[in-house]
Amino acid sequence: MIPLSWYLVLSALLFSIGLFGVLARRNAVAILLGIELMLNAVNINLASFWRYGNTAQMGGQVFAIIVFAVAAAEVAVGLALIISVYRRRKTVLAEEIDLMKW
Amino acid sequence: MDASQIIFGLTALLIIFSALRVVTTRNMVHAALWLIVTLFGVTVLYALLQANFLAVVQVVVYVGAIAILFIFAIMLTRREIRDSGPQLNRGWLLAAFISLAVFGSLLALLYNAPVAGRLAGSLTGEDTLMALGQALVSPDAYVLPFEVASVLLLAALIGAVYVALNKKQESDQ
Repeated sequence: MIPLSWYLVLSALLFSIGLFGVLARRNAVAILLGIELMLNAVNINLASFWRYGNTAQMGGQVFAIIVFAVAAAEVAVGLALIISVYRRRKTVLAEEIDLMKW
Repeated sequence: MDASQIIFGLTALLIIFSALRVVTTRNMVHAALWLIVTLFGVTVLYALLQANFLAVVQVVVYVGAIAILFIFAIMLTRREIRDSGPQLNRGWLLAAFISLAVFGSLLALLYNAPVAGRLAGSLTGEDTLMALGQALVSPDAYVLPFEVASVLLLAALIGAVYVALNKKQESDQ
């Protein structure tokens, strides 16, 4: 049997890797890839807490499904914004998109 | 050390390695392909947890839709075939430090928290699937969050189409 803590440590590690990707990458699409890794870590946590808790309560799985929906919405809007910015500014580097920065 | 622990260990190694490749590789298309490997690893974890519906949705939604969207976006936004210049920004050492600090504090929280959950026997797939379906549409359970998520997804997709639309009068090509 796999202890619950293994899943939690793995998801903490995956979350940290995703956080590093979000903070350190220059390409805006790569930042969104890091956010996907973080959302997957959250979903592993939700599913494992559901499995090791009361499995008659479906809250963990329902919450994971809502995270799926939010991830799909976030990717669609994020990539649309990136494509729109690329069309006008010819760049996808996060530090060059500085119109509203002072 | 039984079979499930060996499968978990191999899957964890695969997930960690491919996630590190996602955040460090220079070629963006390769990063998206490594993300697909990570997502398949997470699917194996869902199967180990007997969350069958989540495993199927992970393949259909993440691998089938989101990863393809990423690959399309990468191909639409590349000036040259090979990515030039550094892929990490100047503050990447600080970013690595922050990530390690977050990981360390999560581990400390786990070490101190009472997380001794117990595995509730073996589940049958039909029971959990039926319970999940009923929980999603039952007024006593989660029908309201379900509907809100649906409206959010619809609004986001309409917004995405509008934002990415190439308006003829504004295009300078």
